[in-house]
Amino acid sequence: MSARGALRFLLWCLASEDLILPNGGTPAGTSSPASSSSLLNRLQLDDDIDGETRDLFVTVDDPKKHVCTMETYITYRITTKSTRVEFDLPEYSVRRRYQDFDWLRNKLEESQPTHLIPPLPEKFVVKGVVDRFSEEFVETRRKALDKFLKRITDHPVLSFNEHFNVFLTAKDLNAYKKQGMALLTRVGESVKHVTGGYKLRSRPLEFAAIGDYLDTFALKLGTIDRIAQRIIKEEIEYLVELREYGPVYSTWSALEGELAEPLEGVSACIGNCSTALEELTDDMTEDFLPVLREYILYSDSMKSVLKKRDQVQAEYEAKLEAVALRKEDRPKVPADVEKCQDRMECFNADLKADMERWQNNKRQDFRQLLMGMADKNIQYYEKCLTAWESIIPLLQEKQEAK
Amino acid sequence: MEQAPRDPERQLQPAPLEPLGHLDAGLQSAVGEEAEVARDESPGEGTMTENNFWLKKIEISVSEAEKRTGRNAMNMQETYTAYLIETRSVEHTDGQSVLTDSLWRRYSEFELLRNYLLVYYPHIVVPPLPEKRAEFVWHKLSADNMDPDFVERRRIGLENFLLRVASHPILCRDKIFYLFLTQEGNWKETVNETGFQLKADSRLKALNATFRVKNPDKRFTELKHYSDELQSVISHLLRVRARVADRLYGVYKVHGNYGRVFSEWSAIEKEMGDGLQSAGHHMDVYASSIDDILEDEEHYADQLKEYLFYAEALRAVCRKHELMQYDLEMAAQDLASKKQQCEELATGTVRMFSLKGMTTKLFGQETPEQREARVKVLEEQINEGEQQLKSKNLEGREFVKNAWADIERFKEQKNHDLKEALISYAVMQISMCKKGIQVWTNAKECFSKM
Repeated sequence: MSARGALRFLLWCLASEDLILPNGGTPAGTSSPASSSSLLNRLQLDDDIDGETRDLFVTVDDPKKHVCTMETYITYRITTKSTRVEFDLPEYSVRRRYQDFDWLRNKLEESQPTHLIPPLPEKFVVKGVVDRFSEEFVETRRKALDKFLKRITDHPVLSFNEHFNVFLTAKDLNAYKKQGMALLTRVGESVKHVTGGYKLRSRPLEFAAIGDYLDTFALKLGTIDRIAQRIIKEEIEYLVELREYGPVYSTWSALEGELAEPLEGVSACIGNCSTALEELTDDMTEDFLPVLREYILYSDSMKSVLKKRDQVQAEYEAKLEAVALRKEDRPKVPADVEKCQDRMECFNADLKADMERWQNNKRQDFRQLLMGMADKNIQYYEKCLTAWESIIPLLQEKQEAK
Repeated sequence: MEQAPRDPERQLQPAPLEPLGHLDAGLQSAVGEEAEVARDESPGEGTMTENNFWLKKIEISVSEAEKRTGRNAMNMQETYTAYLIETRSVEHTDGQSVLTDSLWRRYSEFELLRNYLLVYYPHIVVPPLPEKRAEFVWHKLSADNMDPDFVERRRIGLENFLLRVASHPILCRDKIFYLFLTQEGNWKETVNETGFQLKADSRLKALNATFRVKNPDKRFTELKHYSDELQSVISHLLRVRARVADRLYGVYKVHGNYGRVFSEWSAIEKEMGDGLQSAGHHMDVYASSIDDILEDEEHYADQLKEYLFYAEALRAVCRKHELMQYDLEMAAQDLASKKQQCEELATGTVRMFSLKGMTTKLFGQETPEQREARVKVLEEQINEGEQQLKSKNLEGREFVKNAWADIERFKEQKNHDLKEALISYAVMQISMCKKGIQVWTNAKECFSKM
């Protein structure tokens, strides 16, 4: 995002209120970013925030089960460390539940409609077979929620969002939630008003390319998800057979004299391989599949942001056309059309910047994900190799004549 | 299985080959071994040649299989597979092998040979043939007898059978076996001329003996129990192994789909494209590696199958013992009853019911002369009976001794072979694991370049 674009954006946020602000002031009650100058300062920094320049750290851990009369639910501890001025204290620790995350995401979508908001893990457990309170499920969710907050933390604009700040710091989030309901963000509203009614003639080439990319990307991810699920299914069926196979060698061993130990050894070996396989399938289910699904959600939400962008462009083009038909205002472009143009250009800029960030993160995330998958398979085979290599000496042992 | 005391005479002298057509030719040669040690090496009809034949080292191989069509017994066209058997003799001096015989045989002829051996060597654990029809198949293998993989594995199994027979100290000297390897035409007629089918114990007789025998040798009872259990456990093992193979195949093949989708995905990526594409290639390699792995495992399954069928051969020896023992018990019982009859006639007391006794009571006593005559007949019968019992006893003991000797030999062979089989199985698994590590390491490297 260029500095000019950032300035435009700032002006857009403020101008939609028809407020003309004194330098550096922030009108209370809006969700616009902190002071304009501090925003600019930050935006002039490199988008890629590496460890050295990072000044905000957020972690999700320590899930706890709460049993109440009406319901049972899980809360997670959110720990925040920051040197930013927006935070009164250097460190915060609060507890939040999934509902709160959901609320945050909605707020971010409302207040930052031109930006891509990271996805949350699925709200409802579809299958019904999965236990919402099982260790595996809670851990998978925790990781996803942690990822969600970290992605926001890494975002140069979203991380300064007021709702985000409150989410990280407020002792009583519910009170804030109630308060926030009354004050809908003007910014959000102005974009919300741009719904329907405007049909985009054609998407500019670069956004069309993004759209096509996202379509194919989601398709391929869907296929990979299906393949991964199928592999896990086959592996589980293989495991079932192995669990019957190993013990037969034990049964045989009981019949034999000299062969008893070798056969028992083979049985134990197959048992070890079965355990290793179970670990592999568990890992893939817990670590691989959820991340894949997250990215499918991510690309879906990117597509809806694209559509919103289309809407903004459509409105602008429609208004422009309307002006062109009216002959009076020829010499000067009316203010509201200019506003539309700004809105559109901001949106385009934000989207392109986010898309680039998203592409980079995606590349790193998938690199890590796929390397992880390879690693898990390597570990599985290494465990099996150890097991089989260790019984070779047992099998070759010369038995004493009994 | 408990160990029998080692028989110092287990190493048999080269036994003379009996002329064909003698009942229990093999048994007699074994039985006769102790008493007729002096008879060895005497030139009988063709014995010298055969003995010399076995003194040289020979190599037997079933080198080829060929599809043939011909007419069967009912003059209908049929397709079958013929196998080429080649015999080579190895000169001691220079180690060179010379092809001495080469002929074609089909599976049914192997069966004929084996059935003959079963009849003439009931105290030997006769090596089994490979299965007639493909069983314990997992989905990829065809159950079709004409399938090339099946034919190939059968070829190996038949070669194995011949090698087992040739390396058996007693079976290798059999003339019919020798002719099987050397006489292409007329061999079937020659075998049938021995009349061995007539000498085979009827199944019914054997079953009857199994149920009614009172005092079989405990070791044989245990052995029978063992062979039943062995059969059951190996069948189970083979069935589950086939299912395991099927599932493993599925796991590997599904990974092949990654190859295609990574390739498609790489087309829309800029920096990630190359890494994805090459990783996809490794996934394809992974998927196709399973074919060879499972082909190798089939050899392990075949080794297990051989011992599954060997269990049946063990049972056959036990059955023969039960039959002989039952025969003996019946003869002893018959003798005892005749002796009792004799005694009664001599003393005049009637302890047992007899028709003669009843008629005597009803129609009057018999004359002393008549009684004399009857006693004489009985005494003759008793004499005969005692001779028979004595020889049956001897036969029975010889059978037990020789059978047990072969069983000990078999036990050692089994332990050795199965250990080797398990080792080769472990080696196969190790190889599979190493290949897996290799492929995934390669894929990981490709991913790292994404």
